[in-house]
Amino acid sequence: MISLLTSNFHSFLVAFGYTLLSSIIALIASTVLGTLFAILQIVPSKTANVIARAYIEVFRNIPLLIIVMFFYLVVTKIVKIGGFTAGTIGLTLYTSAFIAETVRAGINSVGIGQTEGARANGLSSWQTLRIIILPQAFKIAIPSLGNQFINLVKNSSILAFVAGGDLMYTANNVAATTFDSFNSYIIVGIFYLIITLPLNYYMKFLETKLKGMA
Amino acid sequence: MEKAKKRKIGIISSIILTLLIIFGVVSASALAENNSKHVDTWERVKRLGKIRWGVKADTKLFGLMDTKTGQPEGFDVDIAKALTVQLSKQSGVPMQADFTIVTSNTRIQLLKNANIDGFIATATITPEREKVIDFSNSYFKAGQSILVKKGSGIKSIKDLNNFKSTIIGVAGSNSVINVKKFAPKAKVLALGDYGQAMAALKAGQGQALTTDNGILYGLATENPGYTVVGGTFTSEPYGVAFDNNQPEMVKQTNKALKAIIANGTYNKLIKKWFRGVPGLDWRSLEK
Repeated sequence: MISLLTSNFHSFLVAFGYTLLSSIIALIASTVLGTLFAILQIVPSKTANVIARAYIEVFRNIPLLIIVMFFYLVVTKIVKIGGFTAGTIGLTLYTSAFIAETVRAGINSVGIGQTEGARANGLSSWQTLRIIILPQAFKIAIPSLGNQFINLVKNSSILAFVAGGDLMYTANNVAATTFDSFNSYIIVGIFYLIITLPLNYYMKFLETKLKGMA
Repeated sequence: MEKAKKRKIGIISSIILTLLIIFGVVSASALAENNSKHVDTWERVKRLGKIRWGVKADTKLFGLMDTKTGQPEGFDVDIAKALTVQLSKQSGVPMQADFTIVTSNTRIQLLKNANIDGFIATATITPEREKVIDFSNSYFKAGQSILVKKGSGIKSIKDLNNFKSTIIGVAGSNSVINVKKFAPKAKVLALGDYGQAMAALKAGQGQALTTDNGILYGLATENPGYTVVGGTFTSEPYGVAFDNNQPEMVKQTNKALKAIIANGTYNKLIKKWFRGVPGLDWRSLEK
């Protein structure tokens, strides 16, 4: 296992970089998108509600692979996008639908009294949402958001299907050239742990820290 | 317990857990190595009365899944059937052929894990592969070539040797390794199977698809807008593969191969699969 790692260290390192980059982009973008659609679901506008609902239901209920393949093989005929971009876009859209649901659940669990109190004190509805509701909603949503983030990192292995150069893709190639599938997959498994375990630890840390602030 | 103590316990237990996982992985790896000791394939197929062949299901002409019957069909599949019949005659034990679908990427591992007894799956005999598996004599002479869109202006592999070009191949095939020698500047993308690779070529993810000419001709018959150009730039003799150190199985297979060539079965199969392929001189494939 060690010899396989050292002889292919450069490939694995580059792949690790791609997986990390894709995960970070998708994590930030899907959190922003997810929050946006969570808000669109609760604003007092029928049109916005319907649009948000449709977006979430579509991307939450289609397999990630189909979304990614759609961008890789269909959208690319209109706008040129490579495997890495197609994979990251698919990952972002897919995860954002789950994050929207998580954040919405967080918003709903903040008592109505909070909104009433804020409004009575003269805050506009946007201010109420931004200053009073969202911070509390995120605090409640953190454990499930942590789950979504970890799933996101693992789901980034979808890039292998569209030759996105990530860890899984490299594992396939190394396994194919060295005929040592066993160790190739073990090694990338460990690389994924290098991303997910600290992420997990950080989310736990955030959870306890925010609990202390209440 | 105060916080610091709790944290300490947490950290220590995570370290222990990590060490346990690493230890588990290492010992499993050792165990796997022990388990991959070879058994005699020839004895096993005679005992079980069947040969489990690995064949392709994504390669037109050689092994393609027939969506109506759910069975793989192609030249490799028919060779497997003919060999099984011949091997039954040689051993005196009636044997039947069982088919398992493999891809370029999974075939060697499936063979090593004894999920299959052997594979006939467009596999080129290479020195690297011969270190880990055994090959019969070559049953088909292929060569690597490229498939491009008609009117693309690409005439041979040399036109792709620049930093702007992207060449599509299939993971685990010999051709993605070889193409780097002939077009070192081009980017090479390895996809899961030939269906995906062809879809990626059509979507414009690359300018050319590279693999053995036989497979490319198969893709070209299904996709009339695409054509094989530039002739072959490598020689790819296909062999029937078995696990490492199977001299008896290889010997019997070579004998069976000779027999099906001698009795005309081989040429019949060449005619059956390659006669209607545009751009290919099927007569030259006969033995």
